[in-house]
Amino acid sequence: MAISDDYLKYPKRRYGMDHGRYDWSILPKRKPVEWPGKARIALWITVALEWFPLDQQGKPFKPLGSLQTAYPDLRHYTLRDYGNRVGVFRAMKALEKHGIRASAAVNAAVAMRYPSLIERLKEKRWELIGHGLDMDHLHYEGMSGEKDLVSKAVSILGKPRGWLSPARSESAQTPDLLAEAGVEYLCDWVNDDMPYEFKAGDRTLHAMPLSGDIDDAAILLGMHHDEDELLSQLTDQFYLLYEEAATHGGRIMSVTLHPWAIGQPYRIGTLERALAHFMRHPGVWPATGSEILDAWRKQQ
Amino acid sequence: MKRDPGLYDYLPYDGRPKITWPDGARVAFWVAPNIEFYELDPPKNPARTAWARPVPDVLNYSYRDYGNRAGFWRMAEAMDRCGVRGSVSLNVAVCEHHPEVVAACVERGWELYSHGTYNTRYTFGMSEAQERELIQDSIDTIKRVSGQKLDGWLAPALTYTERTLDLVAEMGLTYVCDLFHDDQPGPVKVRKGRLASIPYSLEMNDAIAFNVSSVTPRHYGEIIRRQFDRLYEEGKESGTVMCIPLHPYLIGQPYRLKAFEDALAYIAGHDRVWLATGREIARHFLDNHFDSFVKASIPVGDL
Repeated sequence: MAISDDYLKYPKRRYGMDHGRYDWSILPKRKPVEWPGKARIALWITVALEWFPLDQQGKPFKPLGSLQTAYPDLRHYTLRDYGNRVGVFRAMKALEKHGIRASAAVNAAVAMRYPSLIERLKEKRWELIGHGLDMDHLHYEGMSGEKDLVSKAVSILGKPRGWLSPARSESAQTPDLLAEAGVEYLCDWVNDDMPYEFKAGDRTLHAMPLSGDIDDAAILLGMHHDEDELLSQLTDQFYLLYEEAATHGGRIMSVTLHPWAIGQPYRIGTLERALAHFMRHPGVWPATGSEILDAWRKQQ
Repeated sequence: MKRDPGLYDYLPYDGRPKITWPDGARVAFWVAPNIEFYELDPPKNPARTAWARPVPDVLNYSYRDYGNRAGFWRMAEAMDRCGVRGSVSLNVAVCEHHPEVVAACVERGWELYSHGTYNTRYTFGMSEAQERELIQDSIDTIKRVSGQKLDGWLAPALTYTERTLDLVAEMGLTYVCDLFHDDQPGPVKVRKGRLASIPYSLEMNDAIAFNVSSVTPRHYGEIIRRQFDRLYEEGKESGTVMCIPLHPYLIGQPYRLKAFEDALAYIAGHDRVWLATGREIARHFLDNHFDSFVKASIPVGDL
């Protein structure tokens, strides 16, 4: 099939990005950041609390962890819901041992269905981050009712400062709608190791570097690596960032957890070992996303 | 459509003319970082969709953007520490979008060669005039930003037409990285000019290892060592080539870098390894071995 000559025209071939969401910026050339207590690492643990409905449609695609068999897929439905009943409490205990408060990225459906779980997180002073309605309501270009979806999820969760879109899927308007709804920071984009300013219409959000790779489900279920390998990747990530912080200023070690993955009895020990490893090092500041962003913003 | 690309004759590994590298090296070793720009919303090519998810594919776009913002700088410093230069497989639009990245390569004395204009503009379906325009863009842009003559080609996102290699040779390039049939350089049969195929290796490519084969970071370091050890051993008989193609968005991730750097230091620590660029390997092969390889090649029999 012939290609139009327009295919060799490049109207956005210019300095910086090919869109207006954020400025081009080189990580090692930025002003070094100093974390509270002169910490080298801000340790940001994010626990995703997800609900995959039994009648999942998978539009416009099925995210990692989705239901797979013909209806009714009790097997995957319950295996994911395990995270909200059992796994999350194991993760909570492991974190609490080191006095770590996490950020929980919560599907609004989880908050509606299990209000006692949300109370528990609040008691522990975890941060709640918006994580859409559920794992079958992805945000995507051409969808209808996105504005209502955002305001519903945001109001159910009680005006969260942070947001992670389900499956990190966005429409072209998602950041604008989030900013209008009062969200301050967005965790979907995986292009940086530090926060940066993100334009949303006439408002400014901040992008926060929630890791896409250092993620239990991505490593265990996406890559099919085992728990020992997960531990190696967690400690290797930490090692390099900790070293880099000595010369480049404070860094963020972001770990994304899914209680339906890491919360299994044979896996939770891996998280415990990783946390013990991190916390043995001097200069590690466990913090929530909002705390890290606030510390960063004060220095800009 | 052809059943055989017609780009090379048969030349068995066993019993070929001997390749000798400078200073008695056994392996010509080169590292090829792919420095790329993927457009958020590229025009459609009927033969291939740019993104796995609907546009805007925020996750996959931003993952690649990480390479230029963060990963490249870490990768380049690791290569500096090992004394290894890069031969950059460059989407030339990076020269406009991120000139600092390109300048950092040029300052280090790295070679720039072409990987098309954007990694989201595919060659499939282009006319000869369009493809010439694409190649000329690379020749001109690389000359302008670095003063270097463009010598090498790795097709953008590995997309081709039947005439890609003919055009590349006619327009004065000396080598291509798109053929994976050998561990030594070889002649490419083109309608005009002399063109060398330089081994580039999809097996050692971090994108294939991590994104396709789900290799662990530490095992990636291990397979690099194994690949090198075997090619170093075989290089006693006749010089071999080892390439590590990289993507800063992958190898520049904190959890992956050290295992790679250790493997790179292992290779650079050997005596009889030639730390070369693609252009240098191609030049040496064209000047010293190309003709004997052509002569020894055996035409392929008909079915």
